[in-house]
Amino acid sequence: MSNEAVLHANIGEAHDVHSNHQTHHHETFITKYVFSQDHKMISKQFLITGMVWAIIGGLFSVLFRLQLGFPDTSFPWLEDILGKWWAEGGHITPQGYYALVTIHGTVLVFFVLTAGLSGTFANFLIPLQVGARDMASPFMNMLSYWFFFIAGIIMLASIFVETGPFSGGWTAYPPLSALGDTSPGSKIGMDLWLISLALFVVSSLLGGLNYIATILNMRTKGMSMTRMPLTVWAMLFTAILGVLSFPVLFSGFILLIFDRNFGTSFYLSDIFIASTNTALPNEGGSAILYQHLFWFLGHPEVYIIMLPAMGMVSEIISVNTRKPIFGYIAMVGSLFAIATLSFLVWAHHMFVTGLNPFLGSIFALLTLLIAIPSSIKVFNWLTTLWRGSIRFSPGMLFALGFVSMFISGGLTGIWMGNATIDIHIHDTYFIIAHFHLVMGVASIFGMFAGVYHWFPKMYGRYMNTTAAYIHFWITLIGAYLIFWPMHYTGLAGMPRRYYDYSIWESFKQFAELNKSISIVVIITFLTQFLFIINFFHSIWRGRKVTSTNPWKSNTLEWTTPINPGHGNWPGEIPEVYRGPYDYGKDGIDFIPQTTPIGAEESGHH
Amino acid sequence: MTILLVLAVTILVFIVIFQISKASEYVSVLKGEEKSRKQTNKINAFLMLAFMIVGFIGVWYCNKILYHKTLLWQPAASDHGEKIDTLLWITLWITFAVFILTQFLLFWFSYKYQEKEGKKVFYFAHSNKLEIIWTSVPAVVLAVLIVFGLKYWFEFTGDAPKNALEVEVTGKQFGWIYRYKGADGVFGKKYFKIIDDATNPLGLIWKDNAALGLKDDAKSHDDIVVAQTMYIVKDRPVKLIIGSRDVVHDVGLPHFRLKMDAVPGTPTTMWFTPKYTTAEMKKITKNPDFVYEISCDQMCGNGHYSMKGIIEVVTQAEFDAWLADKSPAYQAAVNSSTNESAPVIAATTTNNVNQKTIVQKQ
Repeated sequence: MSNEAVLHANIGEAHDVHSNHQTHHHETFITKYVFSQDHKMISKQFLITGMVWAIIGGLFSVLFRLQLGFPDTSFPWLEDILGKWWAEGGHITPQGYYALVTIHGTVLVFFVLTAGLSGTFANFLIPLQVGARDMASPFMNMLSYWFFFIAGIIMLASIFVETGPFSGGWTAYPPLSALGDTSPGSKIGMDLWLISLALFVVSSLLGGLNYIATILNMRTKGMSMTRMPLTVWAMLFTAILGVLSFPVLFSGFILLIFDRNFGTSFYLSDIFIASTNTALPNEGGSAILYQHLFWFLGHPEVYIIMLPAMGMVSEIISVNTRKPIFGYIAMVGSLFAIATLSFLVWAHHMFVTGLNPFLGSIFALLTLLIAIPSSIKVFNWLTTLWRGSIRFSPGMLFALGFVSMFISGGLTGIWMGNATIDIHIHDTYFIIAHFHLVMGVASIFGMFAGVYHWFPKMYGRYMNTTAAYIHFWITLIGAYLIFWPMHYTGLAGMPRRYYDYSIWESFKQFAELNKSISIVVIITFLTQFLFIINFFHSIWRGRKVTSTNPWKSNTLEWTTPINPGHGNWPGEIPEVYRGPYDYGKDGIDFIPQTTPIGAEESGHH
Repeated sequence: MTILLVLAVTILVFIVIFQISKASEYVSVLKGEEKSRKQTNKINAFLMLAFMIVGFIGVWYCNKILYHKTLLWQPAASDHGEKIDTLLWITLWITFAVFILTQFLLFWFSYKYQEKEGKKVFYFAHSNKLEIIWTSVPAVVLAVLIVFGLKYWFEFTGDAPKNALEVEVTGKQFGWIYRYKGADGVFGKKYFKIIDDATNPLGLIWKDNAALGLKDDAKSHDDIVVAQTMYIVKDRPVKLIIGSRDVVHDVGLPHFRLKMDAVPGTPTTMWFTPKYTTAEMKKITKNPDFVYEISCDQMCGNGHYSMKGIIEVVTQAEFDAWLADKSPAYQAAVNSSTNESAPVIAATTTNNVNQKTIVQKQ
């Protein structure tokens, strides 16, 4: 018996019938897989492109960790692969190091955790969960992906230019980012970086407007706003944040492009360049203006990354505890509070820029306020687990891992948000530990949870669970081993973005620790290939899904056929009669949203 | 060769894991999917509990091996730093308690409420009482923290005492330049367009310049300019007036627990009172090589990591002796214009460290 036969012995041929009810027109390879306007295909394009960028971004972190962990060891093969510019004599060069950290940050924040996460799951879940045949504008949706794709190509190209990619940190503060003479990476590499991210903003706006329009206008009959799954609420707030804040970043970039190329002085003043021994003519600009414009996006951006993960984790935890999410309205309210506050806290990234102290105090106050909706979310997740019946599917494990990371990383936000403590630990490894746990690892966990949970809906097959479990446990342990000790290096005052600490009396005591962290980074990075292989193998060879609702879930996406065609439902779109979290109600395991309220049923909303 | 070996082993490990994964999938199908799912559910529930216990031990162990390498056990070297440490410790204990509590509940609930045969879940959709509790308790705790925080914040960012020693700090790629007032007790004017790295690294206006419309400022003639090491006085407040010549830098003072950006075109200030001389700190830290280091904490280019300054905290008498020994930058520049061969100010500080370390490695 072949492997396929073992796996699929009990599956009738009937399940293989693809439902193409809505799309009678002829579909070519190009219209189906490349310039597709089907939200499900576009979401897969976002996901796979995001995975490619995650590998590149992750690989870059491995390379710069080699330098941090083994500053005295030569790896001749590095020069063979990367060339002299990056790794002369087998050592990562300073310019190579700074290029690596900058591109690592840019790529993971924007391409992986924004496009890869929102792009994938907002596209996939919004129409399926609100009961729509597709996005409000499938064409704009397609453009959104292709703008992202081109942005990626340009970023990729910037890595190969002679003076190297931009290397002034992902936040790209001028004057360093404005003046090619201050850093080789700020030459052509920075122009490409700016063009790439400008196109990325376009992509993000096209997507975001679409998500908002779809959620507000295209919900199926009976799907009132308060019957929407928390995933959809989270995607809605995410899209609103993006639409309101990305244009501000864009304007900041435009001014930077002007300063770089057209002789304006928006950000430049009083500058003398030692390398060319010249004073620049610019006067009256403010370098701090850029930081305001950047962080006006930059902080909401953190929540653009967090909220989709929070929404998916809420959904996955509820399904797998077989209990309603605790405090649905409080969960929506806290999402709203976080989204609103995220616009009012940007200057907490700027406590030590010489900001007006009164302004600083307001931002400190508003920043600590975010801890309140965050703690509501955490306690509501914990209460959802309480007296549940927990199934540890791979998606559920990653959702629980998300909560753990969110707690660990979130609590240190209370340190940094308090301006007084921030003076000490600002721009040290403490902040690296903080945001990697709360935003980086937590959101990646949310993304893994989403992929494992909705893979059966995406491809009509399961991913291999054993590989998924191994992936989860090594990643969880690895993430803590990497980032937990960084709190300590931060509390030694060790600054971030240093190429080498050996000349510093205050920071050189961590050489051994840095070595161990680098080894864990390599192992954890390699473990991600277990996921990648599992993902691609399962697309074609995974165990087939035999029921339309494998997780016994209430939401609408599981009322579609196993392999839904363009248009999602072969017949009428189902009508909705109840909220999405009626699990365990009146002793019944689950009651899908499409089930009308029974006469005997206890109180409902 | 080793790289190929490592690569081969890695690929082999992948193949093994992959085969095990596939095999376990076949076994589960043959054995009955529901049954094997329940088995792995138990294993994962147990692992959640095990992870929590091992994790908490790990937290303790990590603290044990790293605590003495941090600044946590050292007294802060400035008055402001002491207050920051106080607030830091209060915050640490509060957040650590919440950390232990919530992580414990998370993993304990995961283990305790794992799926079991015939067990019904408790339908519990919401409770206003509970939600009010965990809205208000954090709010009260945060209010306390922020009140403390802002009290200190306004103190630190408020005006420096009148008797403060004022030192101007200027960042540049990749080093620091310090300026002290001369005998007149005033900083002379400067203008960035007349900077000359060799003779006048700060652009002090000490002669007329008709083209730029500058008038000689006599107050600049006695200003003292030094590079690399800054001297300040124990128990005397010091006010740093911070600027940058090129890109954004940051004056990072880990031992004083302080930090302030150096922004071109926008001067910033920071003040504090040092509590221990460098010599005293050597004893406190039991490190004979101890120095107060200024680390640049804002990404400023490829030499960022080497942008080091030194602070020597000394007694007033030692400081006076040190300052008396310095001659004003103006004099040095005037001398050099008459005698070209005389080296002037050591303005090139650490910008060659970058190349140096690379050379060492080769």
